[in-house]
Amino acid sequence: MRYFPHTPEDITEMLNTVRVKSLEDLFGTIPVDCRRTSDLNLPQALTEWELDHHIDELCGSMAVSPEYKVFMGAGSYEHYIPVSLNHLLSRSEFVTSYTPYQPEMSQGTLQAIFEYQTLTARLLGMEVANASQYDGASALAEAALMAVRISRRKKVAVSRLVHPHYRRVLKTYLAPTDNEIIELPYLPDGTTDLSSLDALDDLAAVVVQSPNFFGCIENLKAIGDKTRAEKTLFIVGFSEPLAYGLMKNPGSQGADIACGEGQSLGIPRSFGGPALGMFATRMPYVRNMPGRLVGQTTDVDGERGFVLTLATREQHIRREKATSNICTNHSLCALASAMYMASLGGSGIKTLALLNYDKSEYLKGALRKAGFSTPFKQSTFNEFVVQFKDGFEKTYERLTAEKIIAGLPLECYYPELPNHYLLCVTETISKQDMDTLVDAVS
Amino acid sequence: MKEINELNFPEDVRYSESHEWVKTAGETAKLGITDYAQDQLGDIVFVELPDVGESFEKGAEYGTVESVKAVSELFMPVSGEIVAVNDALEDSPESVNNTPYSDGWMIEVKLDDPSEPDSLMDKNAYVSTLKG
Repeated sequence: MRYFPHTPEDITEMLNTVRVKSLEDLFGTIPVDCRRTSDLNLPQALTEWELDHHIDELCGSMAVSPEYKVFMGAGSYEHYIPVSLNHLLSRSEFVTSYTPYQPEMSQGTLQAIFEYQTLTARLLGMEVANASQYDGASALAEAALMAVRISRRKKVAVSRLVHPHYRRVLKTYLAPTDNEIIELPYLPDGTTDLSSLDALDDLAAVVVQSPNFFGCIENLKAIGDKTRAEKTLFIVGFSEPLAYGLMKNPGSQGADIACGEGQSLGIPRSFGGPALGMFATRMPYVRNMPGRLVGQTTDVDGERGFVLTLATREQHIRREKATSNICTNHSLCALASAMYMASLGGSGIKTLALLNYDKSEYLKGALRKAGFSTPFKQSTFNEFVVQFKDGFEKTYERLTAEKIIAGLPLECYYPELPNHYLLCVTETISKQDMDTLVDAVS
Repeated sequence: MKEINELNFPEDVRYSESHEWVKTAGETAKLGITDYAQDQLGDIVFVELPDVGESFEKGAEYGTVESVKAVSELFMPVSGEIVAVNDALEDSPESVNNTPYSDGWMIEVKLDDPSEPDSLMDKNAYVSTLKG
């Protein structure tokens, strides 16, 4: 359904139908002292010219590709977005429609979400995916809550190599509950130390990210084998789903829940958002899955149709017992990623993933040759950690002035890693860009 | 939904205010939801039951029942330990609608106090609460 604003005639007609005189009368039941009497404290409205100028200034204050060569990923990735995506997304049926409150009226929207769910489940190797969460961090936190519900246990073991922001959101979600987070340290090779897992019974879930925050590929199968026969759920998070074009997907490695950030798949970086929380699980857990779910069915005439299914788990029906207090989704972002996945196709995703891997291996090799250490030996996808020499922050500043962003300094998240930087290379970075970076830091 | 006098309330079970029935056999008892409860809920599509070996106090939530309209909690009408659950409901939850007192049973418990079911309502008392 398209969104059309109401005309004054529409509003008058609706007011007449419900027999009130003005919009103000509709708020009559709200106590006077709960209502704002003054105007909102907002600046003067700008003209279109002024607003354009203001936005340009804001843009100018940021280091944005392609003007800058950005070697920083860390949860947000620069990928080419096919022009067809923006064209299709800008159709008013998609771009102006809000969550369908009469869902079955909006067959097109439901079908689009169903396609997104199908593609997501296939990419992650899982049996069922929901209509999306807000972002990777909230998807991961919801996954932990889901594991607590299913296992009826209270402890969640989380790798220190899960994105630091995701871990903070998880902490926020669990803070008011009596559930406990146990942090799993990391090994010298850049993967999660699982040695403490055997001693930790009563775990609701084991949570790792792969590729992890250092870009390293975790040994998912080892964890999947450990948790398969147990009540403990195995949650695999991710911030770069493109990696599954090349790596084994979470489902094939024994994941019970696979969830993470889908920005990488056709959504611009846009200063950190809006994003896409991808969330998938196995069928036995479908009733405990947070969020909405579109299902396929047949109507009275035997025709294929789409419905919002299992809605009885959701907040508008189940109130405080709901599987999540968020019963909406990021439709437009989910749609963008569905279009992106469908545009590339299975072989395209594989080819693009390989290109990302090869390019980042090239830079890794070149930096090693130039004398820098890459301390974590485990295989990586399109991100890796480099240890530069003491005082590199001066070089970093100089490079920024030259419009090169030489990765993310890790020390603010991992105080034990001074001079360590997380570098990312996607298909948008050319060989020349990489050679320039190596020359500049050498 | 049906009128109260169209519903079935057997004489040989006891009834709780939360619309569960209990049928005692020595130290154990089988229980489920009443014909009134299933009629209110509508078509039941899923029943979530606890594991054998778990113990619950009277009034505690032991599972959920999901109909096309809503998901509702199941409450223990008596205290006890679960000795059996009706696994057949996984494939045929509609038994709860069709035969709530036989094939639609939910759990069997070993009663903490074998006389506890006596404190629940008999058919007449239950029906009069429904008629309110």
